[in-house]
Amino acid sequence: MPGRLKALAQSRAVWPLLALALILIVAGSVSPNFFEIRIVEGRLFGNLIDILYRAVPTALVALGMAVVIGTRGIDLSVGSIIAIVGAVIVWRIKMGDPHITILFSALAAGILCGMWNGFLVSALKIQPIIATLILMVAGRGIGMLINQLYGGTDPSFESALLQWMSTGSIWLIPTRLILAAGIFLALWLLIRRTALGLFIESVGGNAAASNLAGVKAGLIIFVAYVLSGLLSAWAGVIMTADTHTSDPVSVALYIELDAILAVVIGGGSLAGGRIYLGMTVIGALVIQALTTATLISGLPPEYNLIIKALVVLSVLFLQSANARRAIGSLVLRRSP
Amino acid sequence: MSKKYLPLAATVAVFLALFLVGGSMYRNFLSTLVLGNILADNAFIIIAAIGATFVILSGGIDLSIGSMIGFVGVCMAVLDSMGWHPLATAAVMICFGILYGALQGFIIDYCDIQPFIVTLAGLFLLRGLCFMVTLESVPIRHDFVDLYASAKLPLPGRGVLRSSALVMLAALAVAIFIAHFTRFGNNVYAIGGDKESARLMGVNVRRTTVGIYAIGGFYSALAGVVYALYTSSGYPLAGSTLELSAIAAVVLGGTLLTGGVGMVAGTLFGGMILGLISTLIIFHGSLNSAWIMISSGVLLFAFIVLHRFLVSSFDLRGTS
Repeated sequence: MPGRLKALAQSRAVWPLLALALILIVAGSVSPNFFEIRIVEGRLFGNLIDILYRAVPTALVALGMAVVIGTRGIDLSVGSIIAIVGAVIVWRIKMGDPHITILFSALAAGILCGMWNGFLVSALKIQPIIATLILMVAGRGIGMLINQLYGGTDPSFESALLQWMSTGSIWLIPTRLILAAGIFLALWLLIRRTALGLFIESVGGNAAASNLAGVKAGLIIFVAYVLSGLLSAWAGVIMTADTHTSDPVSVALYIELDAILAVVIGGGSLAGGRIYLGMTVIGALVIQALTTATLISGLPPEYNLIIKALVVLSVLFLQSANARRAIGSLVLRRSP
Repeated sequence: MSKKYLPLAATVAVFLALFLVGGSMYRNFLSTLVLGNILADNAFIIIAAIGATFVILSGGIDLSIGSMIGFVGVCMAVLDSMGWHPLATAAVMICFGILYGALQGFIIDYCDIQPFIVTLAGLFLLRGLCFMVTLESVPIRHDFVDLYASAKLPLPGRGVLRSSALVMLAALAVAIFIAHFTRFGNNVYAIGGDKESARLMGVNVRRTTVGIYAIGGFYSALAGVVYALYTSSGYPLAGSTLELSAIAAVVLGGTLLTGGVGMVAGTLFGGMILGLISTLIIFHGSLNSAWIMISSGVLLFAFIVLHRFLVSSFDLRGTS
């Protein structure tokens, strides 16, 4: 039994799931009807649904981030891409485009941003953190500029299609959850059922070696950033439609940090070479569950960041070999 | 001229070129008055960036800078309203900064976690502490603040060096001494160049890593003190995303994010380039903050490409 327990403790899937379960249990014990799910206005409501619902944008961005981190890269510009996408949506709506075209223009804007990042990293060989820092610094400015030039004084809008994608529901389930599940499945098929995932992981493991083995490292890295741009754009559509307005200054602030955290909590290493899509989603759920649980427990919202920091540090602490050895020897000394 | 001065020379050249462009566009731009103001207005970013230079030279990164500035600010303001002397609070906060940085360094080395993640948690923790201290903007009303604001050293021409700029220049001198004239400084470069080789050569990696992040904490706390005295208030959201400006200043100053290559003096010019951009845009009048962001990004891009070119054509990575 201890042997099996030990094997279980070594498994990378255990800690994030344990953290998620622990957060939910604590939240459930603080607020008795935490797990209640009811139907209001033809839609499922409840804290668990709310966690899934609110985690969607971060999870989408984190999935793109997981792919980029798999190539030993990082994408700091995701928040700025969301800002640009929001501004593009308002701009095209003021121009009177059909709403399906607007959706595609928004996604195209994200792909374009991803291509820019991918070009800098794969063709100019700039370090990913710096290459994406450029768009991160400039991107919100670009969004503000688009708003000033085309958005007019009131960058708010109504769009049945986009709002259905964001806040609507199909039967009982929020549309954004169904769409996100579809995207996850498509990405999973792309990464795990084609050679792309293998190529990305080999490039992240050792770019020079995989180049010698015939994998076009540059192209693979480029594709990873384009994927990240596309997924961020989707998150941008959801977030912009949710607020009915474009606000480049403050939309999705710190989302890049949350997305990176989600990947790391899910067991991904910033050193590259591994993509864990499912665990990344779990990571995003851990972050959102933490936020929701803090709010529900009645603690002032200003505790949220501190609790987040402490949970993240303890998850990482438990994942580190040195700390585990120290804890292990402490436990052994007590029970020889 | 040794190859290792090339990126620094490029940074200084870009700074001078931008300054001359400003001078050709606007009368009164080319003066010690503008220069003194740029130094004073950006003193806190440059101070924070000096600390970040050490961290980045060692191949790490420190994201907790902005939150540290905010936290130091609210603590100074709240303790001021409780009757503490600003200098006493400053001393306490700087000690806190050193300890906090050292703790981050210890976790990074002991748990072998990427600096990005550890200092990210550090960012969240400090920003959360800011909100716990106060949710409002608190003024600092001590007489010392007026004294600090009025103290200045005249420059030739109409310009002056304000106390913020003086603190910054003193901090820079100390940093240059540590980086280039001590064994610790050599160890920082060694770890940034290749951690394993440094370890094999007998560098105590753990002690050096703790020291590096302690220096980072010291400089960001000092930046917080300067910022609080300069704005004579503490605000829990102060310094948000300032870590990015600091990192951008370090990179513009010619330091490579991969570690091991760069000079502390370059960071001064990197920070002044950022300050110069916003000054130029303010002089222009009709442009706004959107343009500050976009032009900072464009300049960052231009400079990184220039730097890449320098590195590849002179093989800097191998020589310095």
